[in-house]
Amino acid sequence: MRAIETITGPVSVLGRDDVDTDQIIPKQFLKRVERTGFGEFLFFDWAKEPGWELPRNPILVTGRNFGCGSSREHAPWALEDYGFQAIIAPSFADIFRSNCTKIGLLPVELPASDCAAIADAGEAQVDLAGQDVRWPGGSAHFEIDPEIKHRLLNGLDDIALTLAESEAIEAYERTRERSGPVTTAL
Amino acid sequence: MPKSLFDKIWDAHEVAPGLLYVDLHLVHEVTSPQAFDGLRLAGRKIRRPDRTLATADHNVPTDGTPVAARIRDSLSRVQVETLERNCREFGIPVYSLGSDRQGIVHVIGPELGVTQPGMTIVCGDSHTATHGAFGALAIGIGTSEVEHVLATQCLVQAKPRSMRIRYEGSLGFGVTAKDLILATIGQMGVDGAVGHVVEYAGEAIEGLSMEGRMTVCNMTIEGGGRAGMIAPDETTFEWVIGRPGAPGEIPEEWAELRTDPDAAFDREIDVDASAISPMVTWGTTPGMVAPVTAAVPEPDSEQDERALDYMGLEAGTPIQEIRLDRVFIGSCTNSRIGDLRAAAQIVGGHKVADGVYAMVVPGSQQVKLQAEREGLHEVFTRAGFDWRGAGCSMCLGMNPDVAAPRERVASTSNRNFEGRQGRGARSHLVSPQMAAAAALTGHFVDIREWEAPQ
Ligand code: SF4
Repeated sequence: MRAIETITGPVSVLGRDDVDTDQIIPKQFLKRVERTGFGEFLFFDWAKEPGWELPRNPILVTGRNFGCGSSREHAPWALEDYGFQAIIAPSFADIFRSNCTKIGLLPVELPASDCAAIADAGEAQVDLAGQDVRWPGGSAHFEIDPEIKHRLLNGLDDIALTLAESEAIEAYERTRERSGPVTTAL
Repeated sequence: MPKSLFDKIWDAHEVAPGLLYVDLHLVHEVTSPQAFDGLRLAGRKIRRPDRTLATADHNVPTDGTPVAARIRDSLSRVQVETLERNCREFGIPVYSLGSDRQGIVHVIGPELGVTQPGMTIVCGDSHTATHGAFGALAIGIGTSEVEHVLATQCLVQAKPRSMRIRYEGSLGFGVTAKDLILATIGQMGVDGAVGHVVEYAGEAIEGLSMEGRMTVCNMTIEGGGRAGMIAPDETTFEWVIGRPGAPGEIPEEWAELRTDPDAAFDREIDVDASAISPMVTWGTTPGMVAPVTAAVPEPDSEQDERALDYMGLEAGTPIQEIRLDRVFIGSCTNSRIGDLRAAAQIVGGHKVADGVYAMVVPGSQQVKLQAEREGLHEVFTRAGFDWRGAGCSMCLGMNPDVAAPRERVASTSNRNFEGRQGRGARSHLVSPQMAAAAALTGHFVDIREWEAPQ
């Protein structure tokens, strides 16, 4: 995963609430077994609506409960592949938020009024280290889990970090692991 | 300090702060290929194949296609074959096409007895919450996390907040678990439980069968919740014990799997179960829902207007006047034997209404076989229902089972998002009984006043 520090540039605006992952990347594109190439299918059906406009900018500003619905990581893959590096919204669905942080796409939660101001300003700078967003005419602080921030800032591989705790995992398996089920013995 | 059920399971599985041990990892073909690739690229092995189980469900045709190699859609075929190959290479048991244990991942886990009280369960699928019906902590994850769990058998997870939804009173005649959860989501909103693990409690929950409890926990995600759970009791134990992966006798520890009397929750909501009616969704999120006796509501936001437009509905139309083109009985919400029995009972000896195409898709091969032993398939087929093979089918239409643009579907599944069941298709979420009655009449009816057509 690429390390993130600041993300600067124009913002794209999608002013809808409860945008679900079925819209972000419809099911027919989930059949691919690769991790790349999803960007061109982003919002596949909505993109056909008259008046649809979503430039490939580094930052997306959108409505509350963004990314609700399925756990498909194809949704963050598509957003990232399209060019977004940060998504600013009043709230995110849990699994979607977590999926974003695993691939280095930064979810930024800000009050709806700040989101609206950023959308109006048309450009912004997201500073992960300082945990703030600045835009012409304003700025705001955002919260992020310190552990996740650390991983994102340093582009760390989650699996390698956990494998470094192998001893603790082995100790758990020796002393506390529950006895079943054994799937290979069914 | 008094602890909730969630606290107890969490504490028993914390390997290190923020690192949770996973007792069971369920895998399906859609969210796993990139995870296996990642492992191969990094030269990593699977830590616990014996705690991992895979099935093919999302892509499988429901027309009785006997092996993956015969799947006509080439992308679907590649995805299922990739799953089979990955499982072989990494030593994971897999139930794919042709196995009598194949089925929707959230149906076969409980059915095989590998879903048990007190466990931590993950799957690269949001409806993993289903398994919480057994008093397990069951969390849906993404593909990067699938790879992480395959490699480490652990999940990196900050502890979510806790929430309890308590139901007072019991459900009325004709009102099901599906109506209970739809009404709850309608009340709290589709982001009402974001960031929380939800425990469902109260008399109405205790009175539910395991199937009903799975329906409730399944749709936790539609309310935004991280996981849903129900404390295990005699109903649970009786259901689990003796299944292939389950112990032969009730382990003593299971008795402790309940929330202590004074345990604290970050949030509590009370819901009057006795006031719940059979429910029907009218919009494009599961929270856009109304009692069957109501009318399509006046829009009070741009989002509502958009939804009504997509659904082709006018505010003020009585729900019972909405006419249907298709009926789908299936999905991990409502495709278990109890669901099919309930639907078959409504169907009785009657016929599907003219102009309606209705299908029943059992959740697993085991459910299908059981239903056929009981003769339910004959009830359905005599009435004109299409009786299909097991899988996700028209819940999301990754296989050939899709609705056409503007077709209106009564569906027992969990999501009515735009395009979910086919591009432009209009989905209404209901219980199996309501879906069956809708199939026979061609429109929604209040199941409490149900009289079969003459
Ligand atoms: S039945 Fe539907 S909701 Fe359930 S796992 Fe399959 S696609 Fe997902």
